[in-house]
Amino acid sequence: MNIFVLVKRIPDTESKIRINHETGTIVEEGLNFVLNPYDEYAVEEALRLREAGGGKVTVLSVGTEESLAILKKCLAMGADEAFLVKDNTPETYDGLRMAKIIARALEKKFSDYSLLLFGKQSMGTDNAQVPSMVAELLGLPQVNVVTKLEIEGTKGTAHREIEGALEKVSFSLPAVISAQKGLNEPRYETLKGIMMAKKKEIPILSFEDLNLKEEDIVPLLEVAKMESPPPRQAGKIIEEEPDKAAKKMVEFLHNEAKVI
Amino acid sequence: MILIFIEVREGKVKKSSLEALSEGKRRADDLNTEANAVLVGHNLESLAHEVLPYAASKVYVVENSLLSHYSAAGFSQALFSLVEDIKPDVILFSASSMGKDLAPRLAAKLGVGLASDCTRTIAKDGKLEVVRPIFAGKAFVTLSFKSSPIMATLRPNVFPLGEPGEKKGEVIRKEVIIPEDQIKAPALEILREKGAEIDVTEAEIVVSGGRGMKGSDNFDLLRDLVSLLPHSAVGASRSAVDADWIDHQHQVGQTGKTVSPNLYIAFGISGAIQHLAGMSSSKFIVAVNKDSEASIFKVADFGVVGDLFQVIPYLKEELKKITSE
Repeated sequence: MNIFVLVKRIPDTESKIRINHETGTIVEEGLNFVLNPYDEYAVEEALRLREAGGGKVTVLSVGTEESLAILKKCLAMGADEAFLVKDNTPETYDGLRMAKIIARALEKKFSDYSLLLFGKQSMGTDNAQVPSMVAELLGLPQVNVVTKLEIEGTKGTAHREIEGALEKVSFSLPAVISAQKGLNEPRYETLKGIMMAKKKEIPILSFEDLNLKEEDIVPLLEVAKMESPPPRQAGKIIEEEPDKAAKKMVEFLHNEAKVI
Repeated sequence: MILIFIEVREGKVKKSSLEALSEGKRRADDLNTEANAVLVGHNLESLAHEVLPYAASKVYVVENSLLSHYSAAGFSQALFSLVEDIKPDVILFSASSMGKDLAPRLAAKLGVGLASDCTRTIAKDGKLEVVRPIFAGKAFVTLSFKSSPIMATLRPNVFPLGEPGEKKGEVIRKEVIIPEDQIKAPALEILREKGAEIDVTEAEIVVSGGRGMKGSDNFDLLRDLVSLLPHSAVGASRSAVDADWIDHQHQVGQTGKTVSPNLYIAFGISGAIQHLAGMSSSKFIVAVNKDSEASIFKVADFGVVGDLFQVIPYLKEELKKITSE
């Protein structure tokens, strides 16, 4: 199976987010960037599918050359090859722009794909748009927010998380799958893997290589403003005997908050 | 005209879709236009009449027997045909699991931008702008649109549901032709965890437990509280989920779900930045924690410094008193 995993570099989840109000962007200085955690599940699933049924795992990212670090990590986890599509545009929050770049890269350079794996969303942008959009642009079936995946030949079934339940979905390859926490437990890189990854070259593709013009990918959304959430005022904190504390808590909920 | 997609799950109209319709109606009034709804599926005409009281001028029912099971490919094709026909200026969805799956597929088909999981909509200079959280709520962006129709998904539990009024509008049935090979990845069946009827993202009250719960069996204490509270669900912090005390479906925070219930009760949750990001937009937050320095108290409207195992039994008694009144 020829598996492609689409990955993204994000600020780690411990980050405090500061805003540059002049540019309407987040301040990247001082942030620690990592592989999007949901993408780790996607990489792990690809490696497991290859281990079970053979094939090849290729990892692809779109972004600045700083994304090479997360591609190295994927190689160290065990991916066979990695490519970067160079894009220096700051975050646009427009999933369709990203989906067009990915779909074009796949069509032009890697059209023999059998499975496209994504994280269910990139943490930060929190869009959860790109997998479905790539599926549409390439005319493929999609199953998002997947916690269980089984593939037999060219057919697959997946469990997809919905409100308070799971949906069992069947599909044919090639297909788009996006990974949710719970799909697997991602492996750590081994020392051997890290050494191997160091030797591998990561080719960089430009928009010209993909025959992609800037006017094809003009952002369709515009950031008018970026703000911090309104700070929450700390309320009343009590330290009393459990029976009195419980009584006061319920009184607060009933009389002041009026939620019960 | 603003078109709102109304989701039907297991024969029922989803409340979060009616919230989206109510919000769509408010913006339609601002923009001097009408709010119309659309249902997609098979044999839905009676459900369409349930939607009319929420002030939809027209409720379109797009039907085909191939649409009796949900698939993003099939449903987006059906919506695409309707959009080509009636040409709405704005299309809104609930950011439910179906909305999040379907809206991007339709946006790509239409070649337009989509704003996900919005928490506010604004009519400005005759057009719509939206506000949405990024980094699970650590920041908010206001977005304007450069393409038409404008498309957005709206976060459940954020927008007030309008009061149902008289049925003034009409139901319009549309048959669509969908080639069978267009139905890719159909949902075969729904598998449900026992007792987990309400998802944390939809619950009005979330009763959440963290590391302080000390073990999976103790989550039964929270399930007991949930049984006493209307429209409530059990939530959990990442440490409780990673310790395998409860399924990750219940996880609230940056690696889990972002919730905005009326009331969030945190038991034994210290309040890591990732967790706070996922629940700080709750209307009221109440916390019980042994550690008076815990970060959760910085966002709590009411906090109890104490042992949750001692507090919960009394809490149950007090809640029973209130609910029996």
